[in-house]
This record gives sequence, structure tokens and C-alpha cells, in this order.
Amino acid sequence: MAASQQALAERKQDDRRRGWQIFAVWFVLVVITDYLVWFVWGPHMPPGTMTNTAAAQQFDFKVLTAMVVPVLFMVWIYGGYVLINFRAKPGDRGDGVVITGNRKVQGIWYVASTVMVLFLAWFGTFELISNNGIGTGGGPSPIWKPNVKSPLVIQVIAQQWRFTYRWPQFGGMETTSLDLPANTTVKFDVTSLDVIHDFWAYQLGVKADANPGVNNVAYTTTTSQLGRFTVRCDELCGIWHGAMYNYGHVVSRSAFYSWAHQMQVQNAGVTKLLPPFSLTYTPSYSGAGGGYYPSYDPNGSTQTY
Amino acid sequence: MGIVLVSAAVAVGLILFGIFGYLRTYPPTVSAVASSTQPNTVNLTMQVDGAVGTGPHPNWVGWYIKNGAGKWVRTTLVQIPERSYVHVTVLEYDSGGPLRNEYWGKVSGTVGGSVNLNGKNVSVLNGSSGNGIAHTIVAPGLNLAIPVWGVNGNASNFCQAGPCSPAQAHNVETFTFYSGTSTHSYRWQCFIPCGVGYLNGNGGPMSATGYMAGFFKVVA
Repeated sequence: MAASQQALAERKQDDRRRGWQIFAVWFVLVVITDYLVWFVWGPHMPPGTMTNTAAAQQFDFKVLTAMVVPVLFMVWIYGGYVLINFRAKPGDRGDGVVITGNRKVQGIWYVASTVMVLFLAWFGTFELISNNGIGTGGGPSPIWKPNVKSPLVIQVIAQQWRFTYRWPQFGGMETTSLDLPANTTVKFDVTSLDVIHDFWAYQLGVKADANPGVNNVAYTTTTSQLGRFTVRCDELCGIWHGAMYNYGHVVSRSAFYSWAHQMQVQNAGVTKLLPPFSLTYTPSYSGAGGGYYPSYDPNGSTQTY
Repeated sequence: MGIVLVSAAVAVGLILFGIFGYLRTYPPTVSAVASSTQPNTVNLTMQVDGAVGTGPHPNWVGWYIKNGAGKWVRTTLVQIPERSYVHVTVLEYDSGGPLRNEYWGKVSGTVGGSVNLNGKNVSVLNGSSGNGIAHTIVAPGLNLAIPVWGVNGNASNFCQAGPCSPAQAHNVETFTFYSGTSTHSYRWQCFIPCGVGYLNGNGGPMSATGYMAGFFKVVA
């Protein structure tokens, strides 16, 4: 009896030593890896920092990756330690060591998991609605609106299988290209003329469904970073869905105004044929021939910016 | 027993061959014809009809393209050389109407930024007036957008089924575009939902290569 108690005590001591070994390896690797995740990999994570929404998404990815590292490493290191140290020796035919519970370890595991999951639930919810809504479409009346008096308004009109852009503050002109000025808050009014599409400006961190008859609003603010961004449809919308993409550019303010005025002149002939700017343009369901888009569309409502 | 199994295997093989053969069927590719008078220029003659009149969907709207022998081929696949000017003549036999998005009434991507419609240069067509716009040729990769003016659908000599002939009501639209400096297959499509009987007019011929969707295959 005394011998078995001594064996049990020795084993507890051995377990504690092994536990500290695992913890030490885990702690060092987690500190190094999280440092690399945050400071080396993090700044290169998608979608970049071309807008405040993109930067917010990059921050979220950094937080999520930094939090998953400790969990992942605990599983891997513990598994690797067990495989190396507790495997049966050649010729060993005896039973393994009796496994006993450890309330302290279990408690730490439960508490840590619960804290982490609750934190992530709060963090995800907070990030979705705070600051900028992470660039998602917030419907016709988003909960969060930026504190900017007059953002640049761009209507994104999706149609099988192309995006066009309408500019109510530039005479209601429409373009197939999309240039944005740096350091500017932009309001995207996203709608569709036919089926459900999705306006995904990847590097801008903006992604909003384009639904017929619905004005889906998304905000973002460009930073001083200039460059090209990709616009893709991200909702399977028919045979040429894969080809429904184009490129836009964030340019300096002076270059933007120069481009916009050039477009106004270039498109003047067709702009006067367009209906008044409206938040939605509901197509009729009469089938072929186009047949609807004009201002007498009963479901459309004209809007002045 | 052996004969039965072999026969069944052969039958399954033939059925699969037929199914995949049908699915892999593509309309033929027609090459643009080199101009005899202009260097680095090819000519392309196309016609668009309200009903193609042949094939599995004779009632579908679609295109014909004239090949080097002067015969009309029902296809939308065109081969053109790179670094060339493509001079296109469109014979339009279908009726028109307003556009779902009037922006597509604007001509872009052509030499001079305009098209010649029945002898008159125009850069914008108003689909809500007159016969309206019947179809468009839009190739986003080439920045090419051509609205094609419609004919009067009540004309006594309106073409009911293709390939149509010049004696029937039609418009002639010509334009020239540059094929670019690299080889690529550029998708082109009509932006008028002209698939009669399909949801939003965007099914059927609008979603079918050889009818209202095709490729400009730019080759070396």
C-alpha cells in the first residue's frame, strides 16, 4: 500500500514535470509564431489597406490567426509529445499506465475555451457593426453611417454580365470603369437590373449583394494608398458569371476629378438618354426586349444628391 | 451471360459517347477575310436575325457570319489576327426596342468612336425612339460596345427566319475596331435581354454560344 502510494506520488511529480515541459515548448513557440503572425505576415494579409474597411478586415484576420495559433500549437505539441514519449517500447507487452483525470487541467481547458469563444463572438459582432460595418452592404438603411457630410456617391448597377457605375454628383453620368479618389469616404448604392449579383471590390474590402429592386448601401473610406483593385461578381448569376469582373483604380484627388470631368464630356451624349437617377430600377418581367428602365418605372424613386 | 454483359457495356459506352459528344458540341469558328485593298485589315460580315431558322432552336434569335467562300455560317465564334483592324459589316434583320440600360446605346471601342448606320455616322443610339435597338455587340475585354439598330417589326418584308436576304427589311451598320497586340479569346455578348420566353429574357439564346454569345479569337 505504501509502495503504491509512493509510486502514485512519483507519477504525479513526473506528470507535473512533463506538463511543464509541454507548456514551455508551447509557450516559446506561440510567442515566436504570434510575433511573426502579427508583425511579419499580418501586414501582408488580404485584403490589404487600400481602404479603412480593408484595413479593418486585415486587423480581424490578424486577431483570428493570432488566437488560433495557441490552440493549434497545444494540440500539435501535446500530440507530438505523446507520440514520442508514451509509445510502447519494443518487446513491452504490459498494460499502459492507468489514466486518471486532472481537474485543474480540465478546468483550465474549459475556462480558456469558453473565454476564447465568448471573446470571438463579441469581437465578431462588434467588428460587423462598429466603425464601418466591415464594408458589407447594410441594406437601404445601414445601422452604421460614417460621420461625413457628403460622401462620394456611386451607384453600382449590376446586369448580366457587367457592372456599370452611375455618378449622381457628376450629372448622373454612367461609366463602365471605376476610379476613386484617395482619402475619400465613398457610399456605394448597389442594385441590379435583373438577377441577384454581388459587388465585391476585393482590395477595397467592400462586398455587397446587388438585388433587383433593392438599394444595398455600403460605405468605405479610401486611404492614401493608390493602385488597382478588382471588382468581381460573387454571386453565381448565369453562364458568364465568371467573366463578370473589371478593374478600378484609387487615384489622387486631382487625377480623379480630371478623369470624372473627362468621362462627363465623353458620355454626355448617352447621359441625356438615361432616366433620372433612382435608387432602384426594377425591370419589368415581360421578358425580352429590355422594356423597362425609364423614369416611369413605378418601383423606382428618384433621388437627388 | 458474357454476351449480355458485353452488349450492356457497349450500349452504356455509346450512350455516354453520345451525351458527352452533344455537350461538347460547339459551333464552328469562322475566320475574318483579309482585305484585298487595306494592309493589316480583315473584313467580317455578320447578320443577326429574329429567328435563326435552322438547327435545334430555329425560333431562337441569333447570328450568322459569312465565311471566306461567301456562305452564311450560324455561329458567333470568329477568328481574327492580332495587330489588325477588323472592319465589320452588320446586316440587322430583327426588330428593336428600348434598352434595359440605355447606357448600352453608346458606341465605344471603334475607330473614330462611331458606327456608320445606313450611311450616317452615329456615336449614340436612342433605344427609346423609332425602331429601337435590336441587339448589341459588347466585348468587355476589347472595350467594344456596339448598339445595333432594329428594323420595323411590322414591315411587309420583315424576315421571319434566317438566313435572311438583302431583299428583306434590314439595316446596314459598319464599324472598325482594333484587335489588340496579344492573342486572347475575347467574350462578346448581347446586352439586350432578347431570350424571348425566358426569365428576364436572359436565358435561351442569351446564354448560348452560337446565338447571342460568342468569342473573338485573336490569334497570332
